[in-house]
Amino acid sequence: MSYPQPRRRAPLAVGAGIAAVALTLAGCSSGPAETETPDEPVELRMTVWTADETQLALFQEIADAYVAENSDLVSGVTFEPIPFDAYTTTLTTQLAGGNPPDLGWILESYAPEFVQSGALIDIAPTLQEAEGYEYDDLLDSSLALWQQDDGLFAYPFSNSPFAMFVNTDQLAAAGQPNPAELVASGDWTLDAARDMSAAAAAASGKQGLVVRDFDYKAWEVLASVWNGWGAAPWSEDGTQCTFTEPEMVDAMTWIHDAIFTDAAMPEPGVTADFFAGDAAMTITQISRASALDDSFAWDIVPLPAGPEGQQNVIGQAGIGVFANAEHPTIAADFLAYFTAPENAEKLATYFPPPRESLLNAETLGAANPKLSEEQLQAVVVDGIQDAVTKPTHANFAKLQDTVRAELDALWTADADVEAVLEDTCAAVSPLLEG
Amino acid sequence: MTTTAASDAAETTERRGRAERPPRPAGAHRRRAAATRGDWIVGYTMVAPAVLGALAFVIAPLFAVFWFSLHDWNVLANTFVFSGTENYERMLSDQGLHDSLLASLWFSIGLVVLNITLALFLAVLLNQKLPGTTTFRTFFFSPVVVSLVAWTIVWSFLLQADGGINGFLSLVGIDGPNWLRNDFTAMMSVIVVQVFKNVGMNMILFLAALQGVPEEIMEAARIDGAGAWRRFRAITLPMISPTILLVSILTIVGSLEVFAQIAVLTGGGPGNSTTVLVYYLYQQAFRFNDFGYASGISVLLFIIVLILTLIQWQTRKRWVFNEN
Repeated sequence: MSYPQPRRRAPLAVGAGIAAVALTLAGCSSGPAETETPDEPVELRMTVWTADETQLALFQEIADAYVAENSDLVSGVTFEPIPFDAYTTTLTTQLAGGNPPDLGWILESYAPEFVQSGALIDIAPTLQEAEGYEYDDLLDSSLALWQQDDGLFAYPFSNSPFAMFVNTDQLAAAGQPNPAELVASGDWTLDAARDMSAAAAAASGKQGLVVRDFDYKAWEVLASVWNGWGAAPWSEDGTQCTFTEPEMVDAMTWIHDAIFTDAAMPEPGVTADFFAGDAAMTITQISRASALDDSFAWDIVPLPAGPEGQQNVIGQAGIGVFANAEHPTIAADFLAYFTAPENAEKLATYFPPPRESLLNAETLGAANPKLSEEQLQAVVVDGIQDAVTKPTHANFAKLQDTVRAELDALWTADADVEAVLEDTCAAVSPLLEG
Repeated sequence: MTTTAASDAAETTERRGRAERPPRPAGAHRRRAAATRGDWIVGYTMVAPAVLGALAFVIAPLFAVFWFSLHDWNVLANTFVFSGTENYERMLSDQGLHDSLLASLWFSIGLVVLNITLALFLAVLLNQKLPGTTTFRTFFFSPVVVSLVAWTIVWSFLLQADGGINGFLSLVGIDGPNWLRNDFTAMMSVIVVQVFKNVGMNMILFLAALQGVPEEIMEAARIDGAGAWRRFRAITLPMISPTILLVSILTIVGSLEVFAQIAVLTGGGPGNSTTVLVYYLYQQAFRFNDFGYASGISVLLFIIVLILTLIQWQTRKRWVFNEN
């Protein structure tokens, strides 16, 4: 596979001038006009939140191949792991300190903020013009969050559906049916999951259903539950609070009761790791399947249906090129190589890709030996289709903290759900309007 | 007449000066001048790294932060626009900031009272010549050298609903609360975690001060019939008051700078009950990317610390031994 090779035709000053123009254009939400032509090969830096050695080795392998093909342009690519908890904070600190990476992963929650702020350049022209890239293979639904006007401001390299992981040993010990049977019979509902979890928790003395990563702080993960009611925290255009809508009130009442009445979910301050055998079920992303071992029998099934039916939810992560980076056009060129069909297939080992041609059980199965083709088809392939993403907003950081603070009042046994949600809307409405 | 009197006075002064000072050896003045110049060079060379360091990493950032506070600075949007006093005007009506100031006040009061009282109590206790005191001194000082984040993470597990503290309480029949999920207990938990982390340092400072109290005075007081409490109140406390001043300044300043404990233990919650000033500043800067406003809050924090320190320094004359 070959990509347009940059023409070496300008001294450093001219190159810098072109870069400056490119930066200016990027600031105006435009894409890079043409790749820079530096006097010396440049070093690229990409921030990531994985510290997995095998994933980093794969990235490096792809990057090394790019460097070999473009040795006059790039001397090396460094992948800089930053812990997930502090990822976005560290990234913005680097931007503030005038030390931006050339490329970086971006969490879907912050996508609108990064896209609308002009922090990223439009990579669509570079990807579309890259030879053999097959831009049309990218799913529109996957790109939606990262687009503005006609531009694409990040490549959604990971599309990880939420699914229900179940400890079938604990369920069987509590005399509960196998969720797969309920899926087959069409009875796999949130109420069923709650009742089975409560029974398993009572029998085992452990916990029932854990919404992983929620921990009474990351409330947005509850989207994997409230979508069953067709609920959302705010309107589609992001201007109206909808926490007080009947769907959300019902969903939150269900969650509150599941915690404090049914004992189906752990109370605040109680830790339970499904993968360590502490819980009967967990809702989490399919990418966590690698944490499973053979210490207990398990299964993975789609999210249960709520009153409004079954809804698929995905978490996304994009790779963007920073407008303030030293070499944005070269970085975009590298991104085109990094995510081209061949390499996207390699990356699919760990990250379900946005490419339609790769979204099949066969491709994903080769990379996920722990999951059967049936599981991959039902949970991953079908789970990405028509899925909604977790809540996002251009003002997400403030909304995230404000909603967390307001919902803290909900996580007590005697909470008045409607009143708390009214308070939540009162607190977040100015942020939505602003 | 006047001239004569002045001349007499001058002569008298000169004579008195001659009488009080020993005669200088020949050439001493020149040697002293040369030595002073040498000392000047050596002295300033020695302090230069510290001065340059302070200029580069304390004074310059201080001015830079003030300059930033006069701007609307969004790092994502890459905007840096002069906004004058807008950020300071915003502070006046920012309820979140007011709440964080109140949270900081409660935290400081709790921490200062608990920390100084406990440190002094432990120091007095461990100042006795009894077997095992060295072991206990080491025990209470050891948290000081432990990593703050590691220390706080361990406490976060202990304070969970099903954590070690409640497990211990259940042994004695007490159903412990969910420490980090209630406004009052969450703030108390953060204070106690911080007290146990640093009380050893203050204890050592008090121990050093206690060991400097002259035994003869205590003995004289004993002979005069003064009891233990009277000796402590009338002799020990005044004698160690300079150390109390030092410890109180350090503890108050430290209490206003608490961050990691909040970030790890409560994340500012429940609600915003433990969102102290520095945590609020962190949110504005690194979560909301509003670096201009965060810089303004930094300046406010600097002013608060400066005022509190100056007040303590000025009031020392009223209660610190030998300062008046």
